[in-house]
Amino acid sequence: MRPGERLPPLEIPVTRTLIVAGAIASRDYQDVHHDPELARQKGAPDVFMNILTTNGLVGRYVTDHFGPTAVLRKVAIRLGAPNHPGDTMVLTGTVEEVDGDTAVVRVVGANRLGRHVTGTVTVTVPEGPR
Amino acid sequence: MRDEQRYDELGARLKEFEGRPAAVSGVGKDPVNAPMIRHWCEALGDTHPAYTGPDAVAPPTMLQVWTMGGLSGHRGRTGAYDALLGLLDAAGCTAVVATDCEQEYLRPLRPGDEVGFDTVIEEVSGRKTTKLGTGYFVTTRTDLRVGGEPAGIHRFRILKYAPAPRKARLPGQSQEPRPSREALRSGEPRALRPRPVINWDNAGFWQGVAEHRLLIQRCTGCGTPRHPWLPGCNACGSPRWDTVEASGEGTVYSYVVLHHPPFPAFDPPYAVGLIELAEGVRMVSNVVGVPYDKVRIGLPVRLEFRRCDEELTIPVFRAVER
Repeated sequence: MRPGERLPPLEIPVTRTLIVAGAIASRDYQDVHHDPELARQKGAPDVFMNILTTNGLVGRYVTDHFGPTAVLRKVAIRLGAPNHPGDTMVLTGTVEEVDGDTAVVRVVGANRLGRHVTGTVTVTVPEGPR
Repeated sequence: MRDEQRYDELGARLKEFEGRPAAVSGVGKDPVNAPMIRHWCEALGDTHPAYTGPDAVAPPTMLQVWTMGGLSGHRGRTGAYDALLGLLDAAGCTAVVATDCEQEYLRPLRPGDEVGFDTVIEEVSGRKTTKLGTGYFVTTRTDLRVGGEPAGIHRFRILKYAPAPRKARLPGQSQEPRPSREALRSGEPRALRPRPVINWDNAGFWQGVAEHRLLIQRCTGCGTPRHPWLPGCNACGSPRWDTVEASGEGTVYSYVVLHHPPFPAFDPPYAVGLIELAEGVRMVSNVVGVPYDKVRIGLPVRLEFRRCDEELTIPVFRAVER
């Protein structure tokens, strides 16, 4: 881990199944995350991913990269353009700070509408064989 | 003005909710448990080994999940939070979208852990107008505990808003062009720049740009050059004109740096210059080849053409040493 290190991009196909499975696994039954008709009535063109799923994917992106010993300490995200079915979100990340075995990673998740998510993840990766 | 007053009064009432509890001694509907962890990991494709097996911990990002009300609603929610949301509903802010989530994980959560939590309404913003509509940001802070010990902090922000009317897509109207997957992977902003509005009066300008020529209109009555393109001369009123091709030399006459708001195709901060061309007219464009905070009045620049995507080329100005 060193500042400036770039994580390889991770492509997440934003399927209807992912949106609905993520919403239900996070116990989020807001209709805009599973019912296209009601989503349209509320001004969205289709269902869209809930913030808990995005949060989980951002955490997964960082721990996938740093391996099985990686432990998340903080995740702070801001949502922008929604993740609708049929889109692809590409997560990219850059190590911003390193303090001992703890790093702060800046993560951006972009889809064809723009930036779906921006945020920082603080992760500890204990020294030793990875 | 009456609307403004009404909104200000609403804003003041909403502010009074700051510091009031939204949930007191809430209890998670289910203890932390392996099936919910597995369903989450399956949905998200998370194969981290720490989340399975006999010593499994819950994915830290599930923190909020343990506090969710699900279909049957919340226990422990106070009247204050419902009253706040009710006021907003009554004001037409019926739609809600989550905008921010900030979590700090203080100890791992393991199957069997009973999660307790308290939530406070931390902040209610003033009235904000966003692309989605006009409304108010509401920030809550939830402190989670297990057995009286702090387990995590979860700060959550929603926008409660009155939806802006959507622009209907006309039948047969094409979808917006999509950026390439390579553009997505680069991590750069991937939305396309807005298209210029090309009409009878300025078509010649954009035709020139397509040929990498920056054409300035010149009145054939009095010889005054002009930009942007217009049907008549501001100096003498003559509708007759021809064009001269700009040499491409210019200086920054003035500039602004855009920090906010961000637009999908642009990556703030960036400098927008008012360029004075050698021919005497001024035009607005990006100043490139120099950091946004190094752009100065009088900076010499030279024209170049930038291809933004397959369908759009624009003139920009590059800082030059002179």
